[in-house]
Amino acid sequence: MKNLDVLKTYKIYIGGSFPRTESGRYYTPLNQKGEQLGNICQSSRKDVRNSVVAARKAFGGWSERTAFNRGQILYRIAEMLQGRKSQFIEELIFQGSSKTNAEKEVNRSIDRLVYYAGWCDKYMQILGSVNPVASSHFNFSIAEPTGVVGVVSDQTTSLIGLVSLIAPIIAGGNTCVVLASEGMPLCAVTFAEVLNASDVPGGVVNILTGSPSELIKPLTTHMDVNAMAYSGDSTEVKAELQQSSALNLKRISTYMKDWMKPNNQDLYLIADFQEIKTTWHPIENIGGSSSVY
Amino acid sequence: MAKKVTKKEDVFSWDYAPALEGTAHVKIKNKYDLFIDGKFVKPMSGRYFDTINPATEECVSQIAHGNDADVDKAVKAARKAYKNVWSKVSPSDRAKYIYRIARLMQERARELAVIETIDSGKVITESRDIDIPLACNHFFYYAGWADKLAYAFPNRKVEPLGVVGQIIPWNFPLLMAAWKIAPALAAGNTVVLKPAETTSLTALKLAEIIKDSGLPDGVVNIVTGHGDTGAAIVNHADVNKIAFTGSTQVGKLIQASIAGTDKKLTLELGGKSANIILDDAPIDQAVEGIVNGIFFNQGHVCCAGSRLFVQENVADLVLKKLKRRMDQLIIGDPLDKNTDIGAINSKEQLNTINKYIAIGKDEGADIYQASPKVPEKGYYCAPTLFTDVAQSNRIVQEEIFGPVLTVQTFRTVDEVIQKANNSPYGLAAGIWSDKGARVFNLSSKLKAGVVWANTYNKFDPTSPFGGYKESGFGREGGVHGLSAYVNLKS
Repeated sequence: MKNLDVLKTYKIYIGGSFPRTESGRYYTPLNQKGEQLGNICQSSRKDVRNSVVAARKAFGGWSERTAFNRGQILYRIAEMLQGRKSQFIEELIFQGSSKTNAEKEVNRSIDRLVYYAGWCDKYMQILGSVNPVASSHFNFSIAEPTGVVGVVSDQTTSLIGLVSLIAPIIAGGNTCVVLASEGMPLCAVTFAEVLNASDVPGGVVNILTGSPSELIKPLTTHMDVNAMAYSGDSTEVKAELQQSSALNLKRISTYMKDWMKPNNQDLYLIADFQEIKTTWHPIENIGGSSSVY
Repeated sequence: MAKKVTKKEDVFSWDYAPALEGTAHVKIKNKYDLFIDGKFVKPMSGRYFDTINPATEECVSQIAHGNDADVDKAVKAARKAYKNVWSKVSPSDRAKYIYRIARLMQERARELAVIETIDSGKVITESRDIDIPLACNHFFYYAGWADKLAYAFPNRKVEPLGVVGQIIPWNFPLLMAAWKIAPALAAGNTVVLKPAETTSLTALKLAEIIKDSGLPDGVVNIVTGHGDTGAAIVNHADVNKIAFTGSTQVGKLIQASIAGTDKKLTLELGGKSANIILDDAPIDQAVEGIVNGIFFNQGHVCCAGSRLFVQENVADLVLKKLKRRMDQLIIGDPLDKNTDIGAINSKEQLNTINKYIAIGKDEGADIYQASPKVPEKGYYCAPTLFTDVAQSNRIVQEEIFGPVLTVQTFRTVDEVIQKANNSPYGLAAGIWSDKGARVFNLSSKLKAGVVWANTYNKFDPTSPFGGYKESGFGREGGVHGLSAYVNLKS
């Protein structure tokens, strides 16, 4: 006799836990065949606020991890994703993808994580500098993470868009609150499970499902969010991000990219969520240069 | 213990003979027009306003007040110059034009320094030794980048943005113009710049220099005026980028008002920077650092060390030495080379500072003011210290932009990190300690774009400057300063 399947309850991901939305609301997106994808959490602004609190709490510890350790953890995410490849392919197909494209998307996502894992202990050397000031000081500039980043994920893909922004943001030591694709939310929920199994500390990545049109406002007006990343080309959304971000001068990065392209990954995506800090210290000049040699 | 000075009044009552910088070689016209498309042109608004010497309250000259139509004319000239000329000039020739500007500025450095002091109230020793040389050097530094941009952005194709609108403040007038114009030109953009209304003169002198340099017409346009002139630049549809230095309040307005456009934006805004004295600091040097941190340029410095944090066990000693040092500061004629503290930039700003001093007293803080001889005419403010302040006091939270210092004490490093970071701003910070490990712990944990360890208020063209959080975004100076003026293509 065939064993009865256990159906999955789709949850959101806040501070390393998997709650349903505090609002109790759900929505039921359909695939192209008209089949229901599931009862997905319709997250609320309170979920946004809880996520920001979790992200802020996680920021100190995550940003102070060694670059080497962050690299290992990002690589671990890739390993875990690899291990659950078939589940992601199934979900992508269920959400309307062909088998070939689904497989390509998961492979690309794994590669992207490996790519950014490698950047973790290298970008500082490219983005930083020692500055030859015209006075007796040692002066250097380093890149530091901006802080808590709000991410409005690509709405047209389920996995690759999500991974393509999360990876550079956390590789750079930031924490984030991610609004998943409204119409194709399954991979976002499952990716949260991958993160949870990958030594990523709780709160570093928080993932909410629901309507970006409802959730962008509470995220982008939140005074403890330092930057916003938007993947898409809606002029209205961009205008809303800029308008609301002026409240506390959030840094805004918008991307209109086909994330499936292998070259849509680079150092500059990490740099978009970094602050440059410059430190000066006097050099005591005792003795002429001739005495050194 | 330092030996007690017994005859304090004898020592401190010695007067210095005046050592005035000459002004005879300086030519200031009675009236200045707008610099658009390589020519000085009368404003279509037909209006002019007075620019005042804040040290004497006398009118120095009249400055054109550009309106929307004037700004439109300037943007059109910049667009035309971008399309037809500047984008076709080879990068190495771009470099040579910028080098020329640097050299011509150096040749006229003394004149620029005197005018800067007359127009802004800052002391001549500062404009002569800091502002003007740094401004020249900034052009010299960025000139060399013009034909080396590919090295700054590995794996990218570097393109200019087009026409950039730039709005600058009154605290370092010519230096801020240099910070804005030099990297913009090096990256291949054309410029419409608006100086602050109280300090337009050196920007207009720079316009003369730019004309003399042979830079093609329209590549740099200077439109003087008030806030409405700046707003016209921000809202002009054909401007590709806005670079603004000024208050956080106006910065937020700008970010909101370009919403829905593709304009790029960098903002260098206000600050309330922490200057932290640890108990192992070299105290005498630290006291000099405190004075330089808050009283340099009358405190009109966005990165001024306006929040002093002193470790409890050395607080009494530091305060005693600080007060003694404050008593010795000479306040007065900015053209006198003996003067330490010049004039407050404008009557309006003096009112703001005095308002905050009143607020500080109302909030119950203890005030200490040096009581120097102050000239009868002109806008002056005595160096001011507030002790017994709370983290929540307005004088601790809000930027005053004047010679007003608040003093708090702390016991542990952890405590001072939390207090220092408890501010919406994040521009700069100072750390005074003799122990490297302590310095690096603090320097990595303070949320600030510039950290001065055992020094303060140092600037250099090669050194990136700019803030975290509500102190703005983007950097000026160094290789990082180029990012603000380029499009990167893969």
